[in-house]
Amino acid sequence: MTEMVYGALPVQSGEPILPKWWRTLDKWTMSSILMLFVIGLLLGLAASVPLAERNGFGNFHYVQRQMVFGLTALAAMIITSMMSPTLVRRLAVVGFICAFVALALLPVFGTDFGKGAVRWYSLGFASLQPSEFLKPGFIVVAAWMIAASQQINGPPGTLMSFGLCMTVVLMLVMQPDFGQACLVLFGWGVMYFVAGAPMLLLVAMAVVVVLGGILAYNSSEHFARRIDGFLNPEIDPTTQMGYATNAIREGGLFGVGVGEGQVKWSLPDAHTDFIIAVAAEEYGLVLVVILILLYATVVARSLFRLMRERDTFIRLAGTGLVCTFGVQAMINMGVAVRLLPAKGMTLPFVSYGGSSLIAGGIAVGMLLAFSRSRPQGEIADYLNGRGRG
Amino acid sequence: MIRTPLRPLARILTARANGENPDVIERENLRQRHAEMQAASRQRAEGRLLVLGVFFLVAFTAIAVRMGALATSEAVEPVASTAGGSGIAMQRADIVDRKGRILATNFETHSLYAQPPQMVDPEGAVERLVEIFPDLDRDRLLEDFTGKRKFVWIKKKISPEQKQAVHDIGDPGLLFGPREMRLYPNGSLAAHVMGGAGFGKEGVTAAEVIGVAGVEKQFDDYLRDPANGGRPLQLSLDLTVQAASEQVLLGGMKLMNAKGATSVLMDVYTGEVISVVSLPDFDPNDRPRPPTSGFDPSVSPLFNRAVQGVYELGSTFKIFTAAQAVDLGLVNSETIIDTSGPMRIGRFPIGEFNNKNYGKLSVADIIVNSSNRGTGRLALQIGAERQQQFLRALGMFDPTPIEIVEASGGQPLKPKKWGELSTVTISYGHGLSTSPMHLAAGYAAIANGGRYVSPTILRQTGPQLGDRVMSEDAAAQARAMLRKVVTSGTASFGEVPGYQVGGKTGTADKPKPRGGYYESKVIATFAAMFPAHDPKYVLIVTLDEPSVIAHGEERRTAGWTAVPVAGEMIGRIAPLLGLRPQVEPDQITGITLTSN
Repeated sequence: MTEMVYGALPVQSGEPILPKWWRTLDKWTMSSILMLFVIGLLLGLAASVPLAERNGFGNFHYVQRQMVFGLTALAAMIITSMMSPTLVRRLAVVGFICAFVALALLPVFGTDFGKGAVRWYSLGFASLQPSEFLKPGFIVVAAWMIAASQQINGPPGTLMSFGLCMTVVLMLVMQPDFGQACLVLFGWGVMYFVAGAPMLLLVAMAVVVVLGGILAYNSSEHFARRIDGFLNPEIDPTTQMGYATNAIREGGLFGVGVGEGQVKWSLPDAHTDFIIAVAAEEYGLVLVVILILLYATVVARSLFRLMRERDTFIRLAGTGLVCTFGVQAMINMGVAVRLLPAKGMTLPFVSYGGSSLIAGGIAVGMLLAFSRSRPQGEIADYLNGRGRG
Repeated sequence: MIRTPLRPLARILTARANGENPDVIERENLRQRHAEMQAASRQRAEGRLLVLGVFFLVAFTAIAVRMGALATSEAVEPVASTAGGSGIAMQRADIVDRKGRILATNFETHSLYAQPPQMVDPEGAVERLVEIFPDLDRDRLLEDFTGKRKFVWIKKKISPEQKQAVHDIGDPGLLFGPREMRLYPNGSLAAHVMGGAGFGKEGVTAAEVIGVAGVEKQFDDYLRDPANGGRPLQLSLDLTVQAASEQVLLGGMKLMNAKGATSVLMDVYTGEVISVVSLPDFDPNDRPRPPTSGFDPSVSPLFNRAVQGVYELGSTFKIFTAAQAVDLGLVNSETIIDTSGPMRIGRFPIGEFNNKNYGKLSVADIIVNSSNRGTGRLALQIGAERQQQFLRALGMFDPTPIEIVEASGGQPLKPKKWGELSTVTISYGHGLSTSPMHLAAGYAAIANGGRYVSPTILRQTGPQLGDRVMSEDAAAQARAMLRKVVTSGTASFGEVPGYQVGGKTGTADKPKPRGGYYESKVIATFAAMFPAHDPKYVLIVTLDEPSVIAHGEERRTAGWTAVPVAGEMIGRIAPLLGLRPQVEPDQITGITLTSN
């Protein structure tokens, strides 16, 4: 009666934010990410020491930095994961525009750190790689466009997103950064696939990729040498691949012991692209399998949750994010065991690198936001006789 | 499936009639349609997401399995693939002399390279490396080691001692690659014949050895052909004779203050070159770089004076004129020729050395006294046509066929227009430039009884006599004249007791590069054969710009320079060649034999 007299009490519309967040969160994915980060720090203790020594810092200089970046990344991840999908989308669009502008201005203000490719902004204490931040933003924007195209009387979003994708890929290739370009292309392709790409087109694309590969093999000596090196069953022991293979062998099942590994001294990219070799050598197959399980968990769990998702945008964006995450891990580890030709790519959350870590945190935060359980109208389906088939 | 229109006309009309907003109906239908589409697209997406999930699980499983297989596999000895696909053929055949002694062989050695990313202490390594190899450039090396380079060649060939020293630096970034290296155990001996070898296709683990000059280049295909089963290439050279020749010639060159010297020793029946020397020389183990442009290549140590260098060889050519004249039946060695001057061909006076005037001389004495006018008169009788035929038959117009790659560069220089003047000057060796090897082949024809032999550097099994160029009798008369030059002519210093040397001197003014002749620069040549009564060998000794003070005056003529060197050389090499010294009859004239 009181309510009838005094109007509704000012109750909150739903339950409090934190409990709701915790209830709807995909805790498996979140825990996996946290464990990956911890393992990354652990490996960093071993793998980044030679680099620190080479550059004249204290032994654990890079571990400390990784810790700082990692905590920032985790904070970003948790904050992002608390947002609603709409808010995430809005912020991602803003973020994408910023990253896009930053990427476009790289040739003017960027630096190549003597590595031959202008990919970074130097901020003095740290460097910033805009392409890392561009990736999640792009995925969300493209997902939004594709989802919009599926509305009745919607814009031609698929075509627009394809144009955007090509623009970004072109800019990345100009740097040149083929790895990131491939990831962006892959992310868009996966979303297009899930959004219902015609089968005929997929087959045609596969043919084009094969033909393009053959063309690249015949026209680019650099590319051909990589492929030849990959196809050659014998490994030159003085190459990175040779060192990585040796390290994995040395490690065996349980590793040579913490800090006993040798490969980190010979591999210049031991703390980034070949950190899996360090893991395999010092901790053995056990840790590698754990790592693989963690990545597989993140991918499988997220995809499973997205399968139930009814909202096209959320499904597409989530799929794009988790697949780029998964494929990055896959390529990194596949290269180390020679299942794939050599291509520099970081292992998400494990490899050293501020930009990739923080951007990864944001991306996974978005993924968590998208994969939170929310009412999917199952009961309505049931009542309408459209039960899940 | 019944498709509901977004704006069903019946409901719209009813709504309008009732005063309701018909758009609500449209929105309601739109929402419903979207819900249906979403359900449909989710169904499709479910399947595709499942495909994606399976793809990732399969990929991760594959990686895990592969990782497991790698981790549990035994480490096998890594075998690096050879670079470039096709393997590098090893085992270049040896080169041996006529008695099977090694002239060139292969030697296991190492190359030294660096992988700067693996280096522990680049600065320290540079310091130590520069100590071991003083010719390395410290700054350049430091830049290479500390820069972006992943791979740096440091030395292509290092000795075992150097390898140990580098090993002692102990830097893991300094690595050795096995190398098969061409070794010339005799050092600079026969350097110009050997030429040298270098690396062709090069990998870290092996390198291809290819010939870059001399017989190494000429017979590169043969030496590398695995079908030969490593059979050595046997040359006609004799190691000991070659060594003696080089020693004597080097001493002679210094004694005579010459800036260059060359000698050719040739078997007159087979054409085999027993020794060939060109000084200054070089060490084929460490072949110097060819001279850069702007520098006369013919004074480079790499220049093979014996086969590449073409010179006006002067009076040594007179014997060809005399031999031809005898062969044609125009004269015999006793025919008297008036050599008195003056003699003019057109406006060009033909003079004698030191403006002498010999008067009437026999043909033999023309050779002995080296009379220009005498041979000129003989040449005028022979005529340009026949003179050219004769010289062409002796091989004087083409590069020598000897199998040294540089020989093809020894193209003789002959006058464009072979007139009367040319006929006369060429009769005494001016106006036609040939290499000492050409001269050796020409003298061999006189020595062996009138047959052309083609000079060769390969071991021959028997006489290789070619076309007849003059009669036996003409050759014999020419040999007698040559012997007389030594016994009583300009080459008296060439007499070697017991070996009956015959020969002819030649002193030719050197042409200036821009035309005309130097006053005091000569090419002094002695073309000899021994033993004169039955010659087996021809020896050509040529000195470039010799000058010696004797009897109080500077002397440049061959008789004072090239001849004593050749005499000394014959004295040294004739015993090595197995020639028995002939005790000459006039040496025992002091004893009167009596009978009964």
